[in-house]
Amino acid sequence: MTQIELRGIEKYFGAVQVIKNLNLAIADNEFIVLLGQSGCGKTTTLRAIAGLETIDEGDILIDGQPVQHMKASDRDIAMVFQSFSLYPHMTVYENIAFPLRATRMSRGDVDAAVREIARVLRISDLLARKPSALSGGDMQRVAIGRALVRRPKAMLMDEPIGALDAKLREEMRAEIKRLHIKQGSTTIYVTHDQVEAMSLADRIVIMHEGVLQQVGSPSEVYARPANMFVAQFVGSPVMNMADASVSETGGQARVEVGGAAAGFDFPAALTGRLSQAKAENGNLTLGVRPEGVLVSREAREGFMPVEAHIIEPLGSHDIVDLKVGDQMLRARTKSGFVAGPGEAVFARVDPAQAHFFNTATGASLGIRL
Amino acid sequence: MAHIELKGITKTFGSHAALKNLDLEIADGEFFVLLGQTGAGKTTTLRLIAGLEKPTAGKILIDGEDVADWGAAERDVALVLQQYSLYPRYTVRENLEFPLKSRIRRVEPAEIAERVARVARTLRIEHLLDRKTDRLSGGEMQRVSIGRAIVRKPRVFLMDEPLSALDAKLREALRTELKNLQMNLGATFLFVTHDQIEAMSMGDKIGVLNDGQLVQTGTPQEIYRNPVNTFVARAVGSPPMNLIAGTLAGGEAVATEGYRLPFASGHAVAADGRPLTFGIRPEDLFLDGGAPGEARVHDVENHGVEKIVTLRTGGETLLQATVPAQTDLAIEEAVRFSWNPEKVVLFDGGSGVSLRHAG
Repeated sequence: MTQIELRGIEKYFGAVQVIKNLNLAIADNEFIVLLGQSGCGKTTTLRAIAGLETIDEGDILIDGQPVQHMKASDRDIAMVFQSFSLYPHMTVYENIAFPLRATRMSRGDVDAAVREIARVLRISDLLARKPSALSGGDMQRVAIGRALVRRPKAMLMDEPIGALDAKLREEMRAEIKRLHIKQGSTTIYVTHDQVEAMSLADRIVIMHEGVLQQVGSPSEVYARPANMFVAQFVGSPVMNMADASVSETGGQARVEVGGAAAGFDFPAALTGRLSQAKAENGNLTLGVRPEGVLVSREAREGFMPVEAHIIEPLGSHDIVDLKVGDQMLRARTKSGFVAGPGEAVFARVDPAQAHFFNTATGASLGIRL
Repeated sequence: MAHIELKGITKTFGSHAALKNLDLEIADGEFFVLLGQTGAGKTTTLRLIAGLEKPTAGKILIDGEDVADWGAAERDVALVLQQYSLYPRYTVRENLEFPLKSRIRRVEPAEIAERVARVARTLRIEHLLDRKTDRLSGGEMQRVSIGRAIVRKPRVFLMDEPLSALDAKLREALRTELKNLQMNLGATFLFVTHDQIEAMSMGDKIGVLNDGQLVQTGTPQEIYRNPVNTFVARAVGSPPMNLIAGTLAGGEAVATEGYRLPFASGHAVAADGRPLTFGIRPEDLFLDGGAPGEARVHDVENHGVEKIVTLRTGGETLLQATVPAQTDLAIEEAVRFSWNPEKVVLFDGGSGVSLRHAG
């Protein structure tokens, strides 16, 4: 049972503020992923929880107890880094057993604990080897084993699979997830890889320039991004963004982008919702993911004529660039749906998948149609 | 503008054959991508065309002329590498001017200025022209490298993993830019990469290299839909094609692990009983409560727009299926699956060669 709470954390490196008023409550057994670019403060946050970094303001609570003044070793938290940091002169067995040396466990109990964790991580047959004789994935398994063997209150992981090649990364990611489900320990995991975050997390915490941008489940973060940064950080290809101006004619709202003559039809409710949100043309951005741009080969009600440009055939589907005025919108279509560049097709923006942002602040206006 | 042909190229380094009897043709104005793992011979091919290496055997023709005796400069090719070999103490403008200032070329100053301006506009680096190159981001540096290649209007562009060092978002953006550029220039591009997404999304044609040999050449769609063997099947597509060992019996596919899946008799070959490998793309494998295959959910990768489920079947075989984003699945949940029988590709169980290609 481990809950972790961060209250009003501030952290400076010299004059540079790397964490700004961070608040976060992590539930028992939760798998939290801190997601962001390098320099966003995610690793500093993790290190502060572990006790490897002091904080300048705020409280870190573990099970309700403030720990910010406690030494790292007294917080009972395990940490796994990207570099494996194993003892090269010790065997795998000795490496895993090492954290138990200082405890008063009997030799038999230590042996049982090491063998149990090795079994879970499928490294039982490697116990007698030295780290130098292991592959990258196995080294990281050992590092995870060493972190887990003393049953810490929480497990902190800093890009633990970032140094592995793509295939192994996928394999290890699945293992980490499965291990978490089996062992059920509160986990905080840092990465810059959005697919990793989306696949592992119960909740994702997105950070940018030391500021928490959004906390939510993977589907929330994907479907209801709080601002333009989150919208473009999560999902690939990135969400289309276009300056938009909205008008109303004949009981229909019309969203114009890229100075195109025609506009995309939207339900009339949009204009009311926009004025409620105090949005103004000139400070309005339309965001839509490629799967929210619908393409037709024939003229259809509500679809506007556009010209196809570059087509990326990805096998299972295509990503098609559509010229809308002087703007490109990328659409996801079935494989081979649009024949080639220059083809005239028809497009519409699915109102249910459209996002509207305040251009100046980047904040989502929270309009859902 | 150039047409390139490689005929029976072999290149050995000591006792190691980097390329084995390679035949390759790149049409004028084509975006050709060589796809392969490290050590497959991609970079060697590029260096041979550039004139930086000499073939052990075989001929290289540019526009029909044998270029064996031509030096690198005479071949008039531009090379863009993963590391941006820019002059750090020069401004972007000076870097772009440099290839034109060589005494052999004798380009008039007015024309130099004109060409630099045009390239800067094309690559959207006009605002960077007076900046030193060490003050640029990775993406900007790679744009300048490409600009330096374009500015002298070479006959061929050779690109060696130019996007590999960039982060994912930037790579995605530059992919489109590069393709756009090639279309506007109408130039011949030979682009080398290990990244199948780059190959699929940019190439007019893809050549798949394995261990010094060209395994298959074709459009991205051809390679994706009709791979010549199991190697190519796994080399393109993300996630790659699922391969299931089994046999055909009584109009059904029988997996070695025991489960049976429907098979379209339409393109059945006289293959009953013979050891086969069934190839099926993740998007053609689906979950359905009444389906014949049984599996457990091993992992779920969430891409937002869809999910990729890894299934563990009876043995320890892992299969991947693309499912809609709304599908809720728990790890270790028992599920049932089947495939779209129309989309199954048959490979010989021993050689791995596609039965369609074997004839």
